[in-house]
Amino acid sequence: MITIQWAHSFAGLMFAAFSLFSALDRSNRKRWGNAGFWGLMAVSLLAGGLLGDFGNGLLVLGLVALGGFGLVGRSAPPTTDEAERSGWSDRLGNRLFLPALIIPATALVGTLVYNYTPLGQLGLIEAKRETYIFLCLGALLALLVLFAWLRPPAAAPLQEGRRLIDAIGWAAVLPQMLAALGVVFAAAGVGTVIGGLAGAVIPEGSIFVTVLVFGIGMALFTMIMGNAFAAFPVMAAAIGVPLLIHTYHGNPAVIGAIGMLAGYCGTLLTPMAANFNLVPAALLELRDQNGVIKAQVGTAIPLLACNLLLMYFLAFR
Amino acid sequence: MNYFLLAGIAIVVIGFALRLNPLLVVTGAAIATGLIAGKGLVEIVSLFGKAFNDNRIIAIVWVVLPVVGLLERYGLQQRAAAVIRSIKAATVGRLLIVYLAFRQITASLGLISIAGHPQTVRPLVAPMALAAAEKQHGALDAATEEKVKSWSAATDNVGVFFGEDIFIAIGSIVLIQQTLATYGYNLAPLELAVWSIPTAILAFLIHSTRLLLLDRTLSKRGKRVS
Repeated sequence: MITIQWAHSFAGLMFAAFSLFSALDRSNRKRWGNAGFWGLMAVSLLAGGLLGDFGNGLLVLGLVALGGFGLVGRSAPPTTDEAERSGWSDRLGNRLFLPALIIPATALVGTLVYNYTPLGQLGLIEAKRETYIFLCLGALLALLVLFAWLRPPAAAPLQEGRRLIDAIGWAAVLPQMLAALGVVFAAAGVGTVIGGLAGAVIPEGSIFVTVLVFGIGMALFTMIMGNAFAAFPVMAAAIGVPLLIHTYHGNPAVIGAIGMLAGYCGTLLTPMAANFNLVPAALLELRDQNGVIKAQVGTAIPLLACNLLLMYFLAFR
Repeated sequence: MNYFLLAGIAIVVIGFALRLNPLLVVTGAAIATGLIAGKGLVEIVSLFGKAFNDNRIIAIVWVVLPVVGLLERYGLQQRAAAVIRSIKAATVGRLLIVYLAFRQITASLGLISIAGHPQTVRPLVAPMALAAAEKQHGALDAATEEKVKSWSAATDNVGVFFGEDIFIAIGSIVLIQQTLATYGYNLAPLELAVWSIPTAILAFLIHSTRLLLLDRTLSKRGKRVS
């Protein structure tokens, strides 16, 4: 069976190549830092399952040391300049979009075919992981097409990929770091404390205020944790279930679904949700790392208000 | 109740506010929280390492970078911009509204990873939005360029967040169902998914309205300059 480890290993080989090319890049002052950082990523993806928990922990500390103290930097691998790119764009025309669409199309068609035809019942791919496998397959397919069509230098995909990953830098591992922080918070009992605090501010007998505290609490706790998934069980245990559902007889489906969406409004507002807010800022080479969040504030806050009203009117009819 | 456990949160908030390197802030917060909870250093490092390893799936999307980089080498961003310049009616707002709808609809079918910041925003959506902005506004100053790029990424987030919960087999729906089941409320995923629809519609309306307002400021500022 094709497990998710295949996808991890595929990504791991790519990071190993980034590491190697970084080490060979004499033009980059920080080449050893980059080589070490992407090398550790490669080890994690290829062999994380074999290192044990403490080994993985040391690996993470290595990433933190390299990324945290400025030893990883941008690079300038060989690529084309603006004029050459415009020339290629004019020459190749809209056919250039076709390889770009191979990855999403492969992921889309693959997922649909796998889930809605008998193919899925053969158990060829680890359950619920098929989209990731097809994503990798799409990337390979797109590379094959590009090689057959444009015949780039053999190292070009890895050098171009390195150009992009070095522009992102340490932000590339931040989402995983924050997920790990959430686990430590949960193990230490931070959620219970927050839930207790939220429960303590509610006056008795007011359904509306209870809805407000639950919804706003979901958003705030999500902002702290960077993830609505970490906030939901805590807020449900502290307020959602005992007060809104038990005491006030609210509809559990409405409270669950809209409570989670109130949390998503918080996700739009926090740098802790790194892969949605900080990674794109790095990827798009923004100077303000909070630029994406700033563009989202005006949607998130009115939408949170809408969610509170929806919960109040739909759950307590 | 041990309120000192909240020290980790304080470290994160202050660290991010002071713009310290987030990797150091996060690690510091994890170690402080673990120590306050009475855990040993080895235990904390192990817990952190296990969680990092369990979340490796987040790193898989980077496999698209070699393809994206190679396409950029052959002028994909320039091509995306050229297409938008050739469409007379294209504006940043209209373009991003179409992308928002595409992202919400596909996410509601469970197709989350087919698009995203590395897959579509950097190579296609952002360059298209920049080309549209140039048409409306004339040559872009750095602040406007930054704004248009930020809105491209923001639109992707809004689309996927407020579309995915309509799909019944998504992680968040499973989590809600499991959490409520422990208290004796057994709900079908579909019951939860339907209550995500009103918010999805409102998210589309609010964000689209803001995108149309963005169009107005872009073309107004453009006229003032020219």
